[in-house]
Amino acid sequence: MNVLLLISLLLAAGLVAWASERVNSNLPRWIALGSFVLATLWILAVWLGGPSEGGLYADQLYPWIPRFGISVILQVDGLSLMLIGLTMLLGAVAVVSSWTETKTRQGFFQFNILWVMAGVVGVFSAFDLFLFFFFWEVMLIPMYFLIAIWGHEDKAYASMKFFLFTQISGLLMLVAIVALVWMHYDAQGQITFNYHVLLETDLDSSVARLLMLGFFVAFITKLPSVPLHTWLPDAHTQAPTAGSVILAGILLKTGAYGIIRFVVTLFPDASREFWIFGMALGVASILYGGYMAYSQSDFKRLVAYSSIAHMGFVLVGVYAFNDLGMQGAIVTMIAHGFSTAALFMMAGALQERLHTREMSKMGGLWVRAPRMGAVTMFFVIASVGMPGLGNFIGEFLVLLGAFQEHVLLTVLAAIGIVVAAVYGLSLMQRSFQGTPNPDVAQMDDFAFREMSVMVVLMIALVWVGVYPQHVLGMTESVLPMLGVSP
Amino acid sequence: MSMLWIVPALPLAGFLILFVTEGKLPKMAVAAIGAGSVGLSALVALFVGIEFMGSGSTSYAQDLWTWMAVGEFSVPVTLYLDRLALVMVGVITGVGFLIHLYATGYMWEEEGYSRFFAYMNLFVFAMLLLVLGDSLLLLFLGWEGVGLCSYLLIGFFHTDPANGYAARKAFVVTRVGDTLLILGLFLLFREIGTLDIQESIAGAKEAWPNGSTMNTAIALLLLGGAVGKSAQVPLQTWLPDAMAGPTPVSALIHAATMVTAGVYLIARMQGIYLLSDTAMLCVAIVGLVTLFIASFTALVQSDIKRVLAFSTMSQIGYMFLALGVGAWSAAIFHLMTHAFFKALLFLASGSVILSLHHEQDMFKMGGLWRKLPIPFWCMAIGSAALVALPLTSGFFSKDAILLTASHSENYGMWLWGGAVAAAFMTSLYTMRMMVITFFGETKMEPHDPSKANMWLPLLVLAALSIGGGWLGFSVLEELFHDGGVHGGLHLDDPIAWATMAVPLLGVAFGYFVFATKAFDRRGMVESAAGKAVGKYWFTGWGFDWIYDTLVVNPFRWLARLNKNDAVDYIFRFTSLVARILHNLLSITQNGRLRWYALTMFAGLLFALVVVAII
Amino acid sequence: MDVPLGIPFEHVIYLAIILFLIGVVGILIRRNVIFILLSLEVMMNACGLAFIAAGARWGEADGQVMFMFILALAAAEVAVALGLVVQLSRRFRTLDIDAASEMTG
Repeated sequence: MNVLLLISLLLAAGLVAWASERVNSNLPRWIALGSFVLATLWILAVWLGGPSEGGLYADQLYPWIPRFGISVILQVDGLSLMLIGLTMLLGAVAVVSSWTETKTRQGFFQFNILWVMAGVVGVFSAFDLFLFFFFWEVMLIPMYFLIAIWGHEDKAYASMKFFLFTQISGLLMLVAIVALVWMHYDAQGQITFNYHVLLETDLDSSVARLLMLGFFVAFITKLPSVPLHTWLPDAHTQAPTAGSVILAGILLKTGAYGIIRFVVTLFPDASREFWIFGMALGVASILYGGYMAYSQSDFKRLVAYSSIAHMGFVLVGVYAFNDLGMQGAIVTMIAHGFSTAALFMMAGALQERLHTREMSKMGGLWVRAPRMGAVTMFFVIASVGMPGLGNFIGEFLVLLGAFQEHVLLTVLAAIGIVVAAVYGLSLMQRSFQGTPNPDVAQMDDFAFREMSVMVVLMIALVWVGVYPQHVLGMTESVLPMLGVSP
Repeated sequence: MSMLWIVPALPLAGFLILFVTEGKLPKMAVAAIGAGSVGLSALVALFVGIEFMGSGSTSYAQDLWTWMAVGEFSVPVTLYLDRLALVMVGVITGVGFLIHLYATGYMWEEEGYSRFFAYMNLFVFAMLLLVLGDSLLLLFLGWEGVGLCSYLLIGFFHTDPANGYAARKAFVVTRVGDTLLILGLFLLFREIGTLDIQESIAGAKEAWPNGSTMNTAIALLLLGGAVGKSAQVPLQTWLPDAMAGPTPVSALIHAATMVTAGVYLIARMQGIYLLSDTAMLCVAIVGLVTLFIASFTALVQSDIKRVLAFSTMSQIGYMFLALGVGAWSAAIFHLMTHAFFKALLFLASGSVILSLHHEQDMFKMGGLWRKLPIPFWCMAIGSAALVALPLTSGFFSKDAILLTASHSENYGMWLWGGAVAAAFMTSLYTMRMMVITFFGETKMEPHDPSKANMWLPLLVLAALSIGGGWLGFSVLEELFHDGGVHGGLHLDDPIAWATMAVPLLGVAFGYFVFATKAFDRRGMVESAAGKAVGKYWFTGWGFDWIYDTLVVNPFRWLARLNKNDAVDYIFRFTSLVARILHNLLSITQNGRLRWYALTMFAGLLFALVVVAII
Repeated sequence: MDVPLGIPFEHVIYLAIILFLIGVVGILIRRNVIFILLSLEVMMNACGLAFIAAGARWGEADGQVMFMFILALAAAEVAVALGLVVQLSRRFRTLDIDAASEMTG
């Protein structure tokens, strides 16, 4: 597989979509949708084709700035491939979810979506730290535009907050990267940003701890974890539907991916010493996210806080440092991508129909739109952690793994499951059940366009829930590389 | 036996068809799919059962696929059939089919006919998975699945917020139990290294001596799950509210099958419990306490379904008591007979309710026995089995429990005494329900719309409620190697005589209190003490109040308090500081030339002074 | 080498400083643009005086060269500044410099 080609095609499609607006204002979204569908199929074909002997699906290396040891190293292993596939699929979902929502500057809108996704693909496949940082920034700016231009009433505040949080934490990571490279140069006399070479760096344990923290803070801001989560509810609430779908479905996963790929492997000893803090932060996110989700009255904000809780499970799983926890974290990432994307799409669909996200202005919507009700019920149930659907597999494995390491924290995290039921069902009750709101006399139900996307996501969740072996098998071979021994 | 997988697959298929067609099928087709899938499933189960009993083997396992495998942790999707599972499958599909059939008539006029049967089929599927699962995780899948269906069906009439509240309460309260259960699974996996039921029990027997702490902890965590699902103290508060669901739902889920899942779980994990006397005693005490509290509460209810709900709680209390004293077979026996007669009671009361246009208040009924003969006689038969009149099915199973309890080494006579006293209360509240509902003056004119599809299940269940007891001696014998069911007529044992006599006494006393004018009932109820006690009992001994005060309301208060996320204040404060600095600095930019010149010279002067000092 | 006229070098420098300070104070306290410009001229001439004195003190031509530069600068400055003064009086109908305080931060 040629990742560079995929990225270039996405970038090019973005430019074409932008330009095509002059021809016809419908053209950009068709171009974007077509690109994502084709890319998804491509990833699917690569997956079916199986990896090469080294376990990689793609392996590309070109020199870029040789003087500083910077090169374009793009590699795709099982974990990366799965996340890239998720990215492309959710890209298509994002385009469809904002199909009729945006009225202005269609071309630039799709351009931004395509460029974010190109950046994300790069993040998931870059094995050169400089390149990684480069893509990390590439995905940030278009996302900022998406919120700042097409967002809702408080978009300026939300987009600026998003930008500052991500940028400042990103700079922290940049400092850590440069310091790591410098340490390596100091020891080996060679400047390189190559991940595989840097893995071998011998670091003083106190230095390693500091550098690890630099990466860690950047990634848990993106994840996000308590206490650096506060940008997320604002960004989500204000973003257009496609923005929320991308943000929750994929951008949060880049944080989790970063922890798995870089923090844990570059600084194995420092991370291991740190495990109890990582796990405690995860548990805090689970409980605090759940608790905050319950107290929201805004549909989208509630889902946003629930994301924080779910990402807490990822953190707990990774820092359990065993195969169960790690696999659970990865499954949670995938399943959360599907379920939350669907819920945000639902929030967008409701806002488009009712012009509000306040649940006090909803109620009894099932009567008006039974399809939407059933779909919401499905995804709420999934995010509550119903066995047979993807999220359960992830959360169960995470907790099972965590239980081997720390009983008390696991018990606290398990309380999060009860809280999830509380806020999930209250979301359902306040929006779709109860006495039909007389102000909502009529509401269009899902038609083919929205329903088809939802069906795809539902099938995906059931698939992960009933036969997670596909996902687990993809990442199993990666585990030793991640420094987690079974 | 290879057809075993078809048993759960049929209801699943029914669910999928009804789900995908989105209620666009005609009602007759929905009824045919909804009830038919379960009926076919029952037939297949019957064939499988006959084949299984004929084969003489003790168990049969059918591997389907690997659900998940991570390192050494692997969960196959395997269906496991033994006698216990067979009894459960029989109850679920058999009674389930009858209730489905009844529901085709009961729900005919209701909105969402297809949705109803979709949920019901999904429920049957999940319940079958629960009892057929070879692994505890598969059991948990079914366990959560039935909980979900229970939630969906309690809140079936979702436009009434009260129903939604009841549904959420049921889900959340049982989820507390489920969380304990899953923690039990974690602990079991950590210690034994497997979640396969048979392997883990064998492993536990090898790993631990009798009465080890770890084993007791696991047993108690599993008990926590069972308590939640089976509505036992202290997690019983959801069941009475669950009566908000349509009556067939109450019959199927909240009487016959799902609420007995806890009993099944403990019976299934028998090996773990046998290793821990403490856990066994806890099970028995939970059962006894529930049975006591529930039967007193049932005595003061006015809603006929709530009476039955509390009665269900107390009957499951009997089952727990039986498990606790080691009467494994008797517990499952009672589970089965209870499924027959309680389903009968619910369905018959459903017919009454339907004929009175959804009136559930007993005090608005009365004098119905001539006007609704089939429901009346069915209720009478069900009540007879419930109070355990001799030779009904309930008699055999309850006697078996009480007699085993009396022989138990752990506080046997205490347990027996408590249970017998509660049996007396059972007779009392049952008499009260029957007398108030069916005798006295007619207050509402019934209009009975039931057809064959509604009274046929009633008749079958009535027959089972009377004769089902005899099944216990054929099917259930040697279910657990605990000597089988010690029931039946032991005419030489004084305790057996007492056990048999108490319900009769209760019925007689109940007749005296409720049906004759000889006893000043009203006077007692109206007295100050009577009112206070009545109110206390009516609210289920104040458990709801405690939970509301200690958990629900503080949580809500905290949630309201922190809606804007206190953590964000840190970052808002940072931005506030930046903003204040900005404002301060922009004051200096006032556009006055002379001010600029002044600051310039002041800066120059400052620099000179600094240079001079250094 | 001493200054031919016998005035001590320090005195000239003191005079320059005094002149300079007079200019500064003039800028700070006068609001009329014309007077501000005058004060500027005074300050520049104070600098010029200091240069001359220094040039004489060390016998170098640099001081005189710098004075020539200052003269040129002053001439150019006056040309531009008078243009601004004209604009100011046209726009604000006053020569008060504080009237033109619109460029706030």
